[in-house]
Amino acid sequence: MAKIIVVTSGKGGVGKTTTSASISTGLARRGHKTVVIDFDVGLRNLDLIMNCERRVVYDFVNVIQGEATLNQALIRDKRVNTLYILPASQTREKEALTREGVEKIINELSETFDYIVCDSPAGIEHGALMALYYADEAVVVTNPEVSSVRDSDRILGILQSKSRRAELGQDPVKEHLLLTRYNPQRVERGEMLSVMDVEEILAIPLLGVIPESQIVLNSSNQGIPVILEDDSDAGQAYEDAVARLLGEEREHRFMTAQKKGFFSRMFKG
Amino acid sequence: MSFFDYFKSKKNPSASVAKERLQIIVAHERGQRDQPDYLPQLQQELLAVIRKYVEIDDDMIQVELDRNENCSVLELNVTLPEH
Repeated sequence: MAKIIVVTSGKGGVGKTTTSASISTGLARRGHKTVVIDFDVGLRNLDLIMNCERRVVYDFVNVIQGEATLNQALIRDKRVNTLYILPASQTREKEALTREGVEKIINELSETFDYIVCDSPAGIEHGALMALYYADEAVVVTNPEVSSVRDSDRILGILQSKSRRAELGQDPVKEHLLLTRYNPQRVERGEMLSVMDVEEILAIPLLGVIPESQIVLNSSNQGIPVILEDDSDAGQAYEDAVARLLGEEREHRFMTAQKKGFFSRMFKG
Repeated sequence: MSFFDYFKSKKNPSASVAKERLQIIVAHERGQRDQPDYLPQLQQELLAVIRKYVEIDDDMIQVELDRNENCSVLELNVTLPEH
């Protein structure tokens, strides 16, 4: 039985796809057979972030509608050989993701994979609900900013009432907070909500803090999941988050500002 | 931070304003989360009935449902004007 993890947020542009790419790559790199599914029908982007956009032949909706088999649609990652991508459809209506269709595919994937990572679209509409419905665990991606925190709280409410686990009265979906685009300098200046502030408001366990970093844009430009940038702070922060997801204890890093010398403070920001 | 900013006051407490606003709105929305869908409609209709007799503003009425083990209590709070 695979473990199903949804990467969700409510708000758009906070880093769901970046996080899905890195977490699935991180899990697979540790030897777990992992598939990452793009649920954003009509606005497919995971393929670009994973650098397989030119290898897409069939997609999620083709498989649901019986026009292709799972094996035909799954794309094997060229860097990590235990990682597969199931791309979203670019043309169909979001309603093409029926609950029964999604269930059938998740069940089939469950037989051979260890982890199924579901990359949710933004919002709280059908696609987002389908992405979270079958989840065992949820990574709630949040920016330290008012609208993102509020939307994350909204999504937590939906996880607690509309997921399969909630409907069947099973143990609740295990929730994790992943704070992204964190800028310790701005936090120290009192301009940005701190990790503690967001933890206090959302009241869910912290999986990790990803510092705001140039490397994130850089790696998406090239189609490299950030976690593969082993020398970067954001890459290491994702690696820590994957380790914690697997139950390892890791101390949180990159949460405090590097002390700047007098001269660097005077001459640059 | 430029050369001149260095001499200006550094504290910008906007993060604490953000936190305070979030705590209030999130608590409010969590309170509504478990409420049945018909409550807003019920509130509007109650308001219409009361207005037949007394003129009150939209925000002078509060309807809440408290659910307990055996029974639920519908709490209706109406503030009437002074005279």
